Amino acid sequence: MITQVTSFSRNGMSDWIIQRVTAVILATYTVALLGIVLIQGDMSHAAWQTLFSQTWMQIFTLLAVLSTAAHGWIGMWTIGTDYIREHYFGAGADGIRLVYQVGCVLLLMVYVIWTVKILWGNG
Amino acid sequence: MQNDHRPINVNPSDLLAFAWPLAALASIVHRVSGVILFVGVAFGLYALEMSLVSEEGFETLKSMMKSPLGMFITWGLLSALAYHFVAGIKHLVMDFGVGETLEGSKFASRLTILFSAVLIFLAGIWVIQG
Repeated sequence: MITQVTSFSRNGMSDWIIQRVTAVILATYTVALLGIVLIQGDMSHAAWQTLFSQTWMQIFTLLAVLSTAAHGWIGMWTIGTDYIREHYFGAGADGIRLVYQVGCVLLLMVYVIWTVKILWGNG
Repeated sequence: MQNDHRPINVNPSDLLAFAWPLAALASIVHRVSGVILFVGVAFGLYALEMSLVSEEGFETLKSMMKSPLGMFITWGLLSALAYHFVAGIKHLVMDFGVGETLEGSKFASRLTILFSAVLIFLAGIWVIQG
């Protein structure tokens, strides 16, 4: 058996369940944020800032971005291993895929750090 | 031992020659919308930072989102989110063994496209009126 060292959890079944759990978290966050924005109507800066200074909202947002990182990693990994193969990319496919995967993971890490900065770095 | 019926790779140039059943279309759009969102998070975080950092930033962002390009980006990202959301729910429902027949999957794909089309339309109205 070949062990995929670049998948999110090194285990397909585990990746599968993480993809579902993070999907539910992200769907809940989307509905909650959209609901708040739509109910509020004309959102003021003060109300918006108050919302994101609440502990529950900060935790919820951090949870959402961590879910994005895991969900995006698994999704982009799947796409990369489906399409970046020797048949399409020639002999250098493995190298190209590695660069692609590292790029995806780096961007997702930047998203997490950026979110932490937005939530707690400006107060 | 030669097996002439083993699966072969498909070249991108062959894609146009295929018939695209609704389920196949619904599936590839789910992927494409996922990639758009992967990049789109950067726009979302940029907007979130700007909106929280100061009152000025909040107002600047609001006017940026009212420019034609801003409206297009906002609507585009909301559309990708709407589609990915609906298609994702279809996946979760199918994980429970619902709609796994050919007819069931056709029906689920139709529902996905219908629901997301409605959401994308509503997102368009919201962005224009915003």
